[in-house]
Amino acid sequence: MTNPDPMAEIRASFFIECEELLEAMQDGLQTMDDGQQDSETINVVFRAVHSIKGGAGAFGLEPLVRFAHRYETVMDQVRSETLAITSDLLKLFFRAADHLSDLVRLCRDDMDIPQAEGDAILAELDLHAGATPAEEEDEDIDFQPLGLSLDLDFGDDDDTTGTSSYRITFAPATEMFETGNDAVPILRALADLGDCTTTCDAERVPALASLAPETPYLSWTVMLSTTAAIDEITSVFEFVDGLCTFAIEPVDNEVGFSDEAFPDLPPLDLLPEPEEVELPPLDMLPEPAEQISAPVEDTPVVAPKNEKPARTAPASPNAVVRVDLDRIERLVNLVGELVINQAMLAQSLESTTLSPHSDAMRGLGEFQRLTRDIQDSVMMIRAQPVKSMFQRMSRIVREASAAVGKDVRLVTDGENTEVDKTVIERLADPLTHMIRNAVDHGLEDTDARIAAGKPSQGQVRLSAAHRSGRVVIEIKDDGGGINRPRVKQIAIDKGLIPADSTLSDSEIDNLLFLPGFSTAATVSDLSGRGVGMDVVRTAIQALSGRISISSTKGEGTTFSISLPLTLAVLDGMVIKVADETLVIPLNVVTETLTLRADNLDEIQPGLAVVRVRGSMVPLFDLGRHLGYRKQKETYVDDIVLLISKEDGNQAALIVDEIQDQRQVVIKGLDDNFYRAPGIAAATILGDGQIALILDPSDIVTQAAQDAGHPNVPQKLEA
Amino acid sequence: MSDSDTSTSVELLTFKLGGQEYSLDIMCVIEIRGWTRATPLPHAPSFMKGVINLRGTVLPVMDLAERLGLPVTKHTNRNVIIVVKHENSMTGLLVDAVSDIITIAQDDLQPSPDVTSGSGQGFIKSLTLRDDQMIRILDLAHVVKILESDAA
Repeated sequence: MTNPDPMAEIRASFFIECEELLEAMQDGLQTMDDGQQDSETINVVFRAVHSIKGGAGAFGLEPLVRFAHRYETVMDQVRSETLAITSDLLKLFFRAADHLSDLVRLCRDDMDIPQAEGDAILAELDLHAGATPAEEEDEDIDFQPLGLSLDLDFGDDDDTTGTSSYRITFAPATEMFETGNDAVPILRALADLGDCTTTCDAERVPALASLAPETPYLSWTVMLSTTAAIDEITSVFEFVDGLCTFAIEPVDNEVGFSDEAFPDLPPLDLLPEPEEVELPPLDMLPEPAEQISAPVEDTPVVAPKNEKPARTAPASPNAVVRVDLDRIERLVNLVGELVINQAMLAQSLESTTLSPHSDAMRGLGEFQRLTRDIQDSVMMIRAQPVKSMFQRMSRIVREASAAVGKDVRLVTDGENTEVDKTVIERLADPLTHMIRNAVDHGLEDTDARIAAGKPSQGQVRLSAAHRSGRVVIEIKDDGGGINRPRVKQIAIDKGLIPADSTLSDSEIDNLLFLPGFSTAATVSDLSGRGVGMDVVRTAIQALSGRISISSTKGEGTTFSISLPLTLAVLDGMVIKVADETLVIPLNVVTETLTLRADNLDEIQPGLAVVRVRGSMVPLFDLGRHLGYRKQKETYVDDIVLLISKEDGNQAALIVDEIQDQRQVVIKGLDDNFYRAPGIAAATILGDGQIALILDPSDIVTQAAQDAGHPNVPQKLEA
Repeated sequence: MSDSDTSTSVELLTFKLGGQEYSLDIMCVIEIRGWTRATPLPHAPSFMKGVINLRGTVLPVMDLAERLGLPVTKHTNRNVIIVVKHENSMTGLLVDAVSDIITIAQDDLQPSPDVTSGSGQGFIKSLTLRDDQMIRILDLAHVVKILESDAA
């Protein structure tokens, strides 16, 4: 596929780069927040903002440039140590960072940009910038790796109206060309700032015979007359800092330099358009301060509380290839084919009378192993660290805690744990909701915390880890725990459970997942949006995940989400109904049993229940409900699968035969064409036939509607 | 085939359906394959025969005769599935037999008479005559689009 507009493509890649820069920025701020405020970290944040500004300028994204610029100005004062980092300032930086990410997103989607919030943040930023005493420093310093001190008497550079002249001398060092930089973009950027006259000093150029092509011999003197402040000029040299010698001297305005003084020089506007000023690629920069926490593998790492993570020496830049998602999809699909083909081959070889020790069978074993390895590797391509999502959550915590007036700290763990991209995307909403819940309902008020002898700052811990082929994400707060008597009372009041029921602690906890349950006495701004935990559970189950809850009174509540690593394969139970082969997701099947005359009850014709340890579970004949066959005379001796539905109720599905449990490759059905009720997807079996993957909850709901099946009351008994 | 060709003539794949001659623009035909057993979809409209495995893709197959409201003939091994692509989604059309590939000048195509009732309405885009035999050219978009009322 060809993109008709190359500019759109470059624009798209700018925004992808922005995402990375924003991530690096968030990372850096977090590190600063954790108490590590060295110049390296500050520089990372500064450069991220600066690069976004540079890119945005090239695409004419004015609002983005404006905001990034003022943000950068304050940042720069921190960097040059004219402004001290306070926790207030850090909070402001976080807010500004959030706003910057919003702006990037708005610009990307071409949406209108609301002014108010940005202006408020800018005003605060300016306040910080303005509060700093202007510092005068001798500008004759030839070179300083961290940039010159900038707050001259020019005031806020946006307000500067007067024109000043500068003499800028600039001589590249050999390293500058080795790192892929060029002098021309710098001169062009200078020309962009105002009227300038450039002289080139070619005196050092040797005779051709002794000329080394990689060595720079030229140096330049630029007389610049500009309204820009000196820090803007300095920022032109941002990326060649340390790779050249440059000096910027203010020149008295009276001594004007006219073009006549250098008649032999070509005017700079002969150079190509300034839009082409290119910032050097980011990977030239020192590695952003990431990879702080060790990657979490199989063992969950419990990080010591409030301790600085051991900082490893800056790691070498990761070699990363950016690949179009379509290509990966294609590869994943092809590997799916390979798996199916291999199964077909295995099946046909097994039907021959080959000895298991024959070459063919041994080769087949090898082939199977390779296929599995390839499949695993391909799935890993789609895997992404959960870090980006965790960063979004830290923003949610900031906003949520501000909204309810609680002091909350988010601690994250295992953010390098990798999960399928789709899983991450679809997990964002339920996780947001749970984080908000934890801040709003989970944690007590500051007063209550102090009364309980806890630190006034509440803590929400978000962790991810790989555990036995699945990924486990935990949201843990150190609040008061679930108020079980109250939860039970509410459930009784709302008629969700009978008044006289006796429930175990964990059963009470699970009441939270019932539809129509909300514990907040008053609907708060934050979590009372009509979305309950039942929606969260539905979303998790749609990802073939499970969610569980545990709570200790006075110590807090933990939600634990267990997810498959990928959505491309599914653990399924292969069953047969009326000669059709079907697959049921294994995670919904709780148990299997055989119907006997003594556990089967017919309530009315067409409506039967099976008794399982005292509870009545409605029976559904899959064959009949899928339209494969007519109603059966009797169900005795049939096999049923007990499934747990998303609303917590159970249902029993009658099947003819259970064939196998295996991993199947999920093939989506084309929804535009025809959406079959009760069918989630399809897969291809070893014999090349297609088997449908059922959505049991949907089937039961459909069947209950079709038959006017009354909701069979269930006793809550385990 | 150059651009000027396509503007003046069109290549059609003709096939038999209930004893009549139908055709499709060959540009939307991906391939032709033999009949294999389809996995039925529950509660699907009767013309939906189910889904088959086309080299790893799940391909929905419809009985074109039934779709057009023609009398249903018994399936034999001579039946073939024409795999067509419309707006990035692929569909298999079960037909009696494929006949020929013909080139028709654009000028020889006549719009189908405006019929506002009848079961086959809107499925035929245009008509043409060849050797005194009428060939119906199908409007693929209409054929593969399942209306709410069809699915019910």
